[in-house]
Amino acid sequence: MPADRPRTVYFFGTCVIDLFYPGAGLAGMELLKRQGVRVVFPPEQSCCGQPARNSGYFDEARAVALRQMRAFPEDWPIVVPSGSCAGMMKTHYPDLFDGRPQHGQARAFAARVFELTDFLVNVLDVRLDDRGPPLAVTWHGSCHSMREMGVVDQPKALLRQLANVTLVENPREKECCGFGGTFSVRQPEISAAMVADKVAALEETGTARVVSGDCGCLMNITGAMARSGSPMGGQHIAEFLLERIDG
Amino acid sequence: MSEARANILARLRAARRGAVPDRPDWTPPAYGPDRLARFRAMLEAVHGEVIEVTSATWTERLRTLLAERGVTTAMAAPDLGLDAAWAGRGPEVVAYDRPVEAMKDRLVHDIQAGITRARAGIAETGTLVLWPDAAEPRLLSLLPPLHVALLRLGTLADNLSALMAEQNWAAGLPTNLLLISGPSKTADIEQTLAYGVHGPKELVVLVLTDL
Amino acid sequence: MGDFTARAPKALNDPTLRRNFRRAMDGLMAKRALQFQDRDAWDALRARGAAAKARVVARLPELLEQLEARLTANGIRVHWAETTAQANAIVLDILRQAGARTVIKGKSMVSEEMELNHHLEAHGIAAIESDLGEYIIQLAGEAPSHIVMPCIHKNKAEIAALFAENIEGLGYTEDVDELTAAARRALRGRFAEADAGISGVNFAVAETGTLVLVENEGNGRLSTTLPPLHIAVMGIEKLAERLDDLPALLALLPRSATGQPITTYVNMISHPRRDGERDGPKAVHVVLLDSGRSRVHADPELRDTLRCIRCGACMNHCPVYSRVGGHTYKFVYPGPIGKILTPQLEGLDCAGDQPHASTLCNACVEVCPVRIPIADILVRLRAESIDPSGSAAVKGAGSMRKSLESLTWKGWALMHSVPLLHRLGTWALSRLGNLIPAAALPPLSTWMRVRSRPVFAPKTLHELAREKGYGNE
Repeated sequence: MPADRPRTVYFFGTCVIDLFYPGAGLAGMELLKRQGVRVVFPPEQSCCGQPARNSGYFDEARAVALRQMRAFPEDWPIVVPSGSCAGMMKTHYPDLFDGRPQHGQARAFAARVFELTDFLVNVLDVRLDDRGPPLAVTWHGSCHSMREMGVVDQPKALLRQLANVTLVENPREKECCGFGGTFSVRQPEISAAMVADKVAALEETGTARVVSGDCGCLMNITGAMARSGSPMGGQHIAEFLLERIDG
Repeated sequence: MSEARANILARLRAARRGAVPDRPDWTPPAYGPDRLARFRAMLEAVHGEVIEVTSATWTERLRTLLAERGVTTAMAAPDLGLDAAWAGRGPEVVAYDRPVEAMKDRLVHDIQAGITRARAGIAETGTLVLWPDAAEPRLLSLLPPLHVALLRLGTLADNLSALMAEQNWAAGLPTNLLLISGPSKTADIEQTLAYGVHGPKELVVLVLTDL
Repeated sequence: MGDFTARAPKALNDPTLRRNFRRAMDGLMAKRALQFQDRDAWDALRARGAAAKARVVARLPELLEQLEARLTANGIRVHWAETTAQANAIVLDILRQAGARTVIKGKSMVSEEMELNHHLEAHGIAAIESDLGEYIIQLAGEAPSHIVMPCIHKNKAEIAALFAENIEGLGYTEDVDELTAAARRALRGRFAEADAGISGVNFAVAETGTLVLVENEGNGRLSTTLPPLHIAVMGIEKLAERLDDLPALLALLPRSATGQPITTYVNMISHPRRDGERDGPKAVHVVLLDSGRSRVHADPELRDTLRCIRCGACMNHCPVYSRVGGHTYKFVYPGPIGKILTPQLEGLDCAGDQPHASTLCNACVEVCPVRIPIADILVRLRAESIDPSGSAAVKGAGSMRKSLESLTWKGWALMHSVPLLHRLGTWALSRLGNLIPAAALPPLSTWMRVRSRPVFAPKTLHELAREKGYGNE
């Protein structure tokens, strides 16, 4: 329960959102702002460092991680519109600096990291007023949001608050979409098979839109949808929620 | 190869020691008055049969169940007293009283049912504990297509942990201790269950409710 | 360099194989899930099992010595092998001294590591697999595609054809009971005439000198009871410290593997046949195989790999394994556990692409009954594969380093840690990125084989946030 509701939060935009989906970032900040929270977007931020870490380039990942740790100096929560980037900062920053002088700093930083939907539900306890027309959507949870951040029910709870939105769950919700960062180009055939299956599972819901909290997955899934001529599209949950409450 | 031994242990010892974690608490389930019901449900779920008998009725019940299955040759320890109880009305009872080398042919080809005692039972998993000995050797519960086991209700434990602690297994184990939960089975062909692949096709447990 | 990546398309383009695996894995996941519905009970059980195996790994040298002492006191002969070649030589020597000509085998992944059957056959000893799945693939001349269900890649029709061709007097039938009965008949005689039985070990209990084997068919019991000689082969990590570690481990293994509360048989062997006993082998030998495991043990992080109890849950839940099947991995251990174990046993120079064949989705980590941090180890092995220092723990470390790639990451790190460079770089990408021809960027054209091109937004979030007044203070 939201014992101490923060007055100010940091927003970490993520590199994918920065370049490809800035609308999702703006929507995330707007949602927070409408809850009466001051939102600060430090311009020195760049990327969580996950691409380097997952590729085994630990020194490079540490250099980038340190830059982020410096960019968010105040003791405010850091809200991240991506379970994957949040997972990197929350679980892997401490690991990356294990046995190094910055370990304490990394742990303190990690403790301030929140995934956006988790923050909206469990810290801000938001109530959403749906003004949009009736619509059915399905949800795609990213592997890292589910398994590193424990974010499974929070986004669905938000979607279920929307009176005119029907959430149709898809049969393979817990299965990876096949993105995996560099995996998608290092193992292109396997990744292609995975995303094809994912699109098929989403299409089975009969909905026109998949909503997700991670733009990496969305880029993969909607890219495959567009390429295969699927009638479906996708949207980041922050943009979707904002669209609904604005009507 | 003692050189291999020395090299392996030396490499293992050269490694940086890690912390030895404590064993966290873990309490396996208990069933109280539902123990037998749990045992039955679990064993039946894996195609085993559970029949309640008493020390007065079990030989007759066994005789009829063997007759129903057309068993003419069974194997059991002589001290079970089946010959005396059946007085010629039951199947032939063969004793496993010589080494396997001399019994192999009969065991593999003739014996239709093996009858053994169980040392205990485990309710959680529907399991029989067998502790084979000279009178009831290991293959008695394995080679015949039907295995009938006698289980005293008083020996039914909630779970394996409780049983091994209660009977202090660590102080001395038999040559071979067996946990048996159902008849032999396989799912190697398309995850389709088939019974009796190498061991018994059928397992019947007679639970002696007065013992 | 390994060629997992090159082999993958063959499996991906085989619709029968894809269907066989998908159906099998879906079934196994559903059955496992039913076993662990109570989250708290699962957490407590798993914590207990993980601690039991972590203790084994932490105390491995002492426990091996204790195990050896207890087994020896029980009359079981213990042999140590540093390599699979040594292990094969030991087994052959034992068999020759006993004058053995035929061997019946229970399922053992270590014997697959050793390629024991080939070795014995080359020396005139017939080794017959008796686990139904192993028997099927032995008839087909194939390797296991799964560590628990070795012929899971085959469907009924394929097995029916194989049996009709190989089992005398059996016509083509897809009836599973008939197929099973045919295998029983074919193997019964083999058991009776075998001079020796060879098995693996699931847990060797150091406290009591007990070999624990789990199975459903009874072939493991037959292999370890009927022939006069039993040889068990096991990796040096497959220990349990105490007998009372078994309940948790036995509760985790079959439930994780096949969704069974317990296997039909749990076979606990502590002695050869004793005076007065009627059956059981007169001699029991245990071969402890290292084959790279002590090197895995050397690294405090990588050694968690050795907790593995070979349940196969990681592969059942792996979105990569379920699409490419076990044979694509080529080595004995496929799936997530294989991706971390194989490169450590065989070297990153042989299997260095396997740690990269993962999206790091963590599905394996979520179900691992002994909490092996598989994803973290995958990432660590990726780092080892490009480690230039030469001080790394893993064989073949640094073998995948490419100077252009490391230069690219250096540049990437610079751009993302110097704000001015980041601002310039992202400004340029958002203005010019969409103009880069895909052909000039191989990863982009690879991406675009099945996906549309990602489109850079005209302005970055950094710019938009500044415009909207979200900047600092």
